[in-house]
Amino acid sequence: MITIGVLALQGAVREHIRSIEACGAKAVEVKRVEQLDEIDGIILPGGESTTMRRLIDSYGFFTAIQEFGRQGKPVFGTCAGLILMASEIDGQENAHLGLMNMKVARNAFGRQVASFEAEIDVKYIGEAFNTVFIRAPYVLEAGPEVEVLATYQDRIVAAKQGPYLCTAFHPELTDDNRVIAHFVTMVEASIKATA
Amino acid sequence: MSNTGTERVKRGMAEMQKGGVIMDVVNAEQAKIAEAAGAVAVMALERVPSDIRAAGGVARMADPTITEEVLNAVSIPVMAKARIGHIVEARVLEAMGVDYIDESEVLTPADDIYHLNKSDYTVPFVCGCRNLGEATRRIGEGASMLRTKGEPGTGNIVEAVRHMREVQSEIRKLSAMSKDEVMTFAKVIGAPFELLLQIREEGRLPVVNFAAGGIATPSDAALMMELGADGVFVGSGIFKSDNPEKFAKAIVEATTHYQDYALISELSKGLGTAMKGLEMSTIAAHDRMQDRSE
Repeated sequence: MITIGVLALQGAVREHIRSIEACGAKAVEVKRVEQLDEIDGIILPGGESTTMRRLIDSYGFFTAIQEFGRQGKPVFGTCAGLILMASEIDGQENAHLGLMNMKVARNAFGRQVASFEAEIDVKYIGEAFNTVFIRAPYVLEAGPEVEVLATYQDRIVAAKQGPYLCTAFHPELTDDNRVIAHFVTMVEASIKATA
Repeated sequence: MSNTGTERVKRGMAEMQKGGVIMDVVNAEQAKIAEAAGAVAVMALERVPSDIRAAGGVARMADPTITEEVLNAVSIPVMAKARIGHIVEARVLEAMGVDYIDESEVLTPADDIYHLNKSDYTVPFVCGCRNLGEATRRIGEGASMLRTKGEPGTGNIVEAVRHMREVQSEIRKLSAMSKDEVMTFAKVIGAPFELLLQIREEGRLPVVNFAAGGIATPSDAALMMELGADGVFVGSGIFKSDNPEKFAKAIVEATTHYQDYALISELSKGLGTAMKGLEMSTIAAHDRMQDRSE
């Protein structure tokens, strides 16, 4: 059975664990760098990106997660996770992990009172997702190697680049596990490719 | 088409704060220190609880200038406090775009009988609770997040511990009950029946429950996480300490790694003096903030 980790420094960890288990994979909370060796893929959950970045730095996750991705192991970021994965952040001098070639805007739909639910389709994964956007970011510009999987009001809200997947919304907050299930298939494929 | 202010969006916002520290701040400079230290949100206030306690008199919503200054200073969520039952203070904060409102017993209640009907608002609310009855009544009114009341501004953890243990122990009791006992339990603790059935089924509250009211050291924060808190609010503890920046960082790390005791011992070294604190028996009955609502 494949094992998927959820970076458990802060944020909606429990919900991702539940979704992973519902998809038939083993889920672990990752709090220490050594645990990256025990997992086949990792989810960077929603939460506060500034908080997570500080803790990523404090506990040596920065280069470890980049190396994890370079080995072709899948990484999936939701909301704050998407921000962590971007190569450029609008209005900020430095980005975080820079795994995906894209420029993102934080809190791009507005403050909490503007947070919303909407129905959108996600390429390859399915139609009519009830998606939850919470102080959500979106992708302003995507590089040629980034494939756009979903847009909402013409803004990019889901994308893929090689082993990397990201969504501006929170699939873990609903009982619809199709996005996580898709990530599980990405992880399975990566294991087959390296076997 | 999209929907704002749904239960999922409001409760979900609190889910994103889990495992984090929410810090009280009174100006932009403190807000920036909190953000840099890794706070998941800040609570914009005119005075921290220990100063409210010292000042006495009526404590109200902060001057909007302060709230606005904090809103403009940081990119993390900004919370603010409204008096219990003060519909207009809550609407004013909502109109200003704060991300979460704390209907708080730290301020002097505007209504000594009724809380706000929080389901009416687009902005989500957090409320204090001492037991499962208070917790479920607040959820019934539409609170999307809870926190223990503790005893604010004391730097004494004992009341927050009591409240967290009380809620957890009542949930365990409820989970072990047969269904025909639940209605009477609902009557005794004054809880909405349907909500109790749901909690009994799931074994936990349907919203996030943070610890608040008396957290003064990294070990205090870790203790509350150990007892089952989803995260912590630190009020007077940070900016009343000798070295707020270092203190804030240490509390953030102790909250994430609350079971890594070697780390917590490292974090706790050389932090300087924590806030002085108050012993409960020295606080007169009319000065106990936790008794202002139920």
